[in-house]
Amino acid sequence: AMLRASLRQVSAALKEGRVTPTELCQRCLALIKSTKFLNAYITVAEETALKQAEESEERYKRGQPLGILDGIPIAVKDNFSTAGIETTCASNMLKGYISPYNATVVQKLLDQGAVLLGKTNLDEFAMGSGSTDGVFGPVRNPWSYSKQYKEKSVPKSHSEDEESNWVITGGSSGGSAAAVSSFTCFAALGSDTGGSTRNPAAHCGVVGLKPTYGLISRHGLIPLVNSMDVPGILTRCVDDAAVLLGSLAGHDPKDSTTIQDGFKPFELPNLTDVSKLSVGIPKEYHAPGLSSEILALWSKAADLFKNAGAKVVEVSLPHTPYSIVCYHVLCAAEVASNMARFDGLEYGHRSDMKDSTESMYAATRREGFNDVVRGRILSGNYFLLKQNYEKYFVKAQKVRRLIANDFVKVFRSGVDILLTPTTLSDAAPYTEFIQEDNRTRSAQDDILTQAANMAGLPAINVPTALSERGLPVGLQFIGRSFQEKQLLTVAKWFEKQVQFPVIQLEEVKRHDADVFQHQKSASFS
Amino acid sequence: LAPWVPVVGLEIHAQISSNSKLFSGSQVQFAAPPNSLVSFFDASLPGTLPVLNRRCVEAAVMTGLALNCSINKKSLFDRKHYFYADLPAGYQITQQRVPVAVNGSLSYSLCIDNKMSQMVTKTVRIKQIQLEQDSGKSLHDDTRSQTLVDLNRAGVGLMEVVMEPDMCCGEEAAAAVRELQLILQTLGSSQAVMAEGQLRVDANVSVHHPGEPYGVRTEVKNINSIRFLAKAIDYEIQRQIEELESGGTILNETRAFDSKLGCTVPMRDKEGKQDYRFMPEPNLPPLILYDAKSLPANMNHQQVINIDWIHERLPDLPSVKRKKLVEQYGILPEHSFTLLNEDGLAEFFESVVKQTQMKPKKVIGWILKDLLSYLKQHSLTVKESPVSSFLLADLLNLLEKKEISSTAAKQVLAELWKGEGKTPLEIVKEQKLELLQDQKELEQICQAVIDGHKNE
Repeated sequence: AMLRASLRQVSAALKEGRVTPTELCQRCLALIKSTKFLNAYITVAEETALKQAEESEERYKRGQPLGILDGIPIAVKDNFSTAGIETTCASNMLKGYISPYNATVVQKLLDQGAVLLGKTNLDEFAMGSGSTDGVFGPVRNPWSYSKQYKEKSVPKSHSEDEESNWVITGGSSGGSAAAVSSFTCFAALGSDTGGSTRNPAAHCGVVGLKPTYGLISRHGLIPLVNSMDVPGILTRCVDDAAVLLGSLAGHDPKDSTTIQDGFKPFELPNLTDVSKLSVGIPKEYHAPGLSSEILALWSKAADLFKNAGAKVVEVSLPHTPYSIVCYHVLCAAEVASNMARFDGLEYGHRSDMKDSTESMYAATRREGFNDVVRGRILSGNYFLLKQNYEKYFVKAQKVRRLIANDFVKVFRSGVDILLTPTTLSDAAPYTEFIQEDNRTRSAQDDILTQAANMAGLPAINVPTALSERGLPVGLQFIGRSFQEKQLLTVAKWFEKQVQFPVIQLEEVKRHDADVFQHQKSASFS
Repeated sequence: LAPWVPVVGLEIHAQISSNSKLFSGSQVQFAAPPNSLVSFFDASLPGTLPVLNRRCVEAAVMTGLALNCSINKKSLFDRKHYFYADLPAGYQITQQRVPVAVNGSLSYSLCIDNKMSQMVTKTVRIKQIQLEQDSGKSLHDDTRSQTLVDLNRAGVGLMEVVMEPDMCCGEEAAAAVRELQLILQTLGSSQAVMAEGQLRVDANVSVHHPGEPYGVRTEVKNINSIRFLAKAIDYEIQRQIEELESGGTILNETRAFDSKLGCTVPMRDKEGKQDYRFMPEPNLPPLILYDAKSLPANMNHQQVINIDWIHERLPDLPSVKRKKLVEQYGILPEHSFTLLNEDGLAEFFESVVKQTQMKPKKVIGWILKDLLSYLKQHSLTVKESPVSSFLLADLLNLLEKKEISSTAAKQVLAELWKGEGKTPLEIVKEQKLELLQDQKELEQICQAVIDGHKNE
């Protein structure tokens, strides 16, 4: 049961000596090996992880652990720079690239004794909503192999097996979501630019937190859209997300877009009385394509709050329908700019083409980037041309301001928090998902998550229930800028009400069954 | 033939004198081993972010104030995109939309007809001053078909000073740049040594007939000294006039100055117009500067830049220094120009004046004629002068007390240049250059001469 415990629970176990950091690390590594078919990890840093675990063990023996994260196995999305460990962004452009420095968030985790198990899989350069478009192949949703899904799925023919039936994790932080969901780590870092943490969290049945822009340092996060990117937190429960947030948030002199004011980590209160809470239901989030299942679940959740005494009101965010187009323009423009550094000269892939510098650049970039990346670069450069700049880029920035103002108005009107669906439906089977191209899928899937990035607001996915197909469905809460405490408090209350079921995975059962006899953790059932 | 009006504008890049680069902590140093001063950010490693260097902003504000600019309390940073080996990120961070300083002016002086005694003051408008990154250096090795890239200079802070096309010839441009150089060196915001690439000047040149619209302009680059600046501009003006008078047209192109041939040639590299796809730099918030009025009470003063505070502490600019020298010592305006034009000369002059009874108006002649010409002949700086201000003052005192004649003084000075450590008095005694004051002695000598020639 240790592997399925929450981060706080296993941290307590480490402190009490019921398990050692090396045991924990070894179990996680073993489980990673036996769940290799999920393709959640690009790099498993076995040696360094075990070394970190040993050092943690020494500290526990001396009675001097660094804190709650000491000895905790975690995973990091492969677009965060990790010193000495390959950072690929799931792209040919960075295959073999070993950063000489750690991203600030990685450094913070390591400084607190966390054990870095490895780098997780993603869509190439975080562009996508399926975690299917990276050079290391797609990530498989662990729920594809769950008892819950298998019971519900009807094979189309006798020869069909789970091989072709597996569903996607969502993206682009699919590897991190799958890693947490399959119990190979107790928390993972993702990134969120248009929903890339919340989307896979919803599909994989885990908590996915997008913090307020500027709260957590982006130094070392290889950027997609600098003005929207945030590091994302994926955990098994809301309390764990609060722990991670506390250890990561705060000003970083290396990132000029982080807030100057001091951040105080907080413990989440156990909210019992929601009568003073005002929950807004934005009507525009009843988006085209929203499954009737999720619509019903959303409605049920609203009733849950109402029946508990909270004020539940319908609100309007009128510019929501424009946010996707606006996002695509701004995203493409920043991508075109951010990718300009990949010229094969200083690091990364360099083509053998030697005819001229220009031809070397062109060949390097054609060889290094997939279609999705190249498509965004081309359109981004188009939008940034002098004759187009006003029409596209500036216009999109203006619309962005309107979208952000929608939220300001609603929060000013007395609403504390917004409740929306996270995704339009449960996870699609891979074979179905790849029928449409990346751009189409992104446009569809980002629609409910992306406005929060435009406005820089904090948002969180809370796993809510299983769909008819036995797959996770989550709901999203969006909060006020820098009011993560309120956001997480409400999310925690909701999590307690819905009692989302634990995934029943064969592999995990096997690993976890090998439990020390004296471990009768009464606190976890 | 209708007269031609040449029009000259300048784009000047001054390297900011600071310990570290504009957006990263790596050091700024001339002639260091290749790629030894390159931070992760300078190398454009993915995930690195720019952090603004306070000292660079202060340098730009100082320069803006010295050039009578309005300092923008809010200025912005932008990305200017192009691919080149010495630009690792594929874009330069600059200030295209709103630069830190605008609408200033620079006054400079020229001699009419090469006569120092006739100086005229001119003014050139300063369009703006913007902060931006310098690029690295690339060396083309054609024999091995390779390019060697050194990123030491990549990311060093630059102030781009744009001078409006208010100048008409090479001489004016040279004088304006010279004055700017002195101002920057006085402020300490840039060492502005052209030979070390700390001051780079590009000239925009066009010609037109009076009353007609401005002609097509060319940009002239690769100018390595103030002397060559004047030459390049004058050549280009001439070239354009000849081209137009023979029925040709001027292309809006970039030309390089070839110092060996003394002419401008089209540059191979620049083909067509580049679209730089300017975009706001998303990783840098707007740069906010304060003055005494707008400074919030509880602000940590380490975190902010106060324009008024900087203004109060500006040193005397060259124009002010010159005025003071003229007023204090009664020297001519053109003297003050020469004094300031030579590094350390004004200080030398003042030091001599302090140590001698000779009037400054007389001292100046010895400084500007004798000392300076000797230094120039031997390519020495004032600092390297074998004759110290003490020695020169000593000598001038002898002259002032009429112990030697001025001819003798020049002789002594010639001896002093040898730097053998002798004092003026010692040289006078050695060479028997003393002026005889004794009446009786003089009579005896004269009598002896007359006696010697009695028989003639």
